[in-house]
Amino acid sequence: MTPTKAAGASSHPLDSLFRADRLPHILCPGCGIGPAMQCYTQAMVESGIPLERQVCVSGIGCSGRVAGYVNIDSYHTTHGRAIPFALGVAVARPELRVTVFSGDGDLISIGGNHFMHSARRNVDLTVICINNFNYGMTGGQAGPTTPPGAKATTAPYGNAERPFNLPYLAAAVGATFVARWTALHVRQLKDTMVRALRKQGFSFIEILAPCPTGFGRPNDIGEGLDEMNRYRTRCVVNHKAPLHELDVDLREIEEPIVLGNFVDRDRPHYRPPMIQRSPAEEHGTAGDRWAAQRPAGMEGTE
Amino acid sequence: MSTRRPVNLTSARVPRGKVFVLPERCKGCRFCIDFCPKEVLVESEDSNAKGYRYPLLASGKEDGCIHCQYCTLVCPELAIFTEEDG
Repeated sequence: MTPTKAAGASSHPLDSLFRADRLPHILCPGCGIGPAMQCYTQAMVESGIPLERQVCVSGIGCSGRVAGYVNIDSYHTTHGRAIPFALGVAVARPELRVTVFSGDGDLISIGGNHFMHSARRNVDLTVICINNFNYGMTGGQAGPTTPPGAKATTAPYGNAERPFNLPYLAAAVGATFVARWTALHVRQLKDTMVRALRKQGFSFIEILAPCPTGFGRPNDIGEGLDEMNRYRTRCVVNHKAPLHELDVDLREIEEPIVLGNFVDRDRPHYRPPMIQRSPAEEHGTAGDRWAAQRPAGMEGTE
Repeated sequence: MSTRRPVNLTSARVPRGKVFVLPERCKGCRFCIDFCPKEVLVESEDSNAKGYRYPLLASGKEDGCIHCQYCTLVCPELAIFTEEDG
């Protein structure tokens, strides 16, 4: 007996959540950003927040492309500056739900300081960080999450640096919600994204994602499917795991990879006092944004 | 022999799903084929216009889909989805 062809279709039920003219996307076969993007779009719908009040901001990199594919208001910023831009949106328009969707190199390396300080201030943001252990788009260079000894184009003899443990970092700098899942654990990931979107304050989700082109091949992991199979055999869920023990090294086959929703706490989120007052209250000049900057004595000279 | 049985073993209804595939979108990553909990899918012999092998229904498993929607979520390309079928 031969396999039968599944029913055909002209469109996908989730097509309306993507910019159809942009698809198919540029991501390699076996990349983990695709499943993460699917989970994000489903979580957008399931969160109950109207789509016209959701914003997606991303930086540079393969995962930075996501802002260009999702069919909501989105912005593709310069390298590392996704969080500052999102902070501006979140502070100026608190009725919007702002999500930063970017990669480990963009958020933690080039935008590392922005990440730290927006978590310290507890800005009302959801930060989704795709961790693929290297700079994928630029050609597989070693990044801040590359495990020690792993090969990369800028570390042909193995990476000599200690990588970041992202959940530990995020919890230490003050994030109110910290989770880690993989591109394989799509159902848990989607539920966690719904939770993070509904939570007020700085929430951080790390997604371990295969990068067959940049990380899998030089490190003898293989295709995206092989890396996903490593997640399947090695991942354990422990929501109460000690955060300092959450280091990941994909090449250590015996070591478990710990996943879970590690931190969920409440802190007052960032509302600068200047923005809570309206300009009219401040200067008695409702509707005239530039009035306060005009030198005294210049009234009526226009 | 275990004496534990689910209390709703006879009353629970397992949903049946119908698989839809858009072969031209597939990039052949095999996520849906390898991670389907019911192993309903297999790789095709021939390839699509881009040269990738897309999923087909395995012989004898045409009615095996339980509409868990894992393939819908894990497919990076929006190339497969399921609908509940009776």
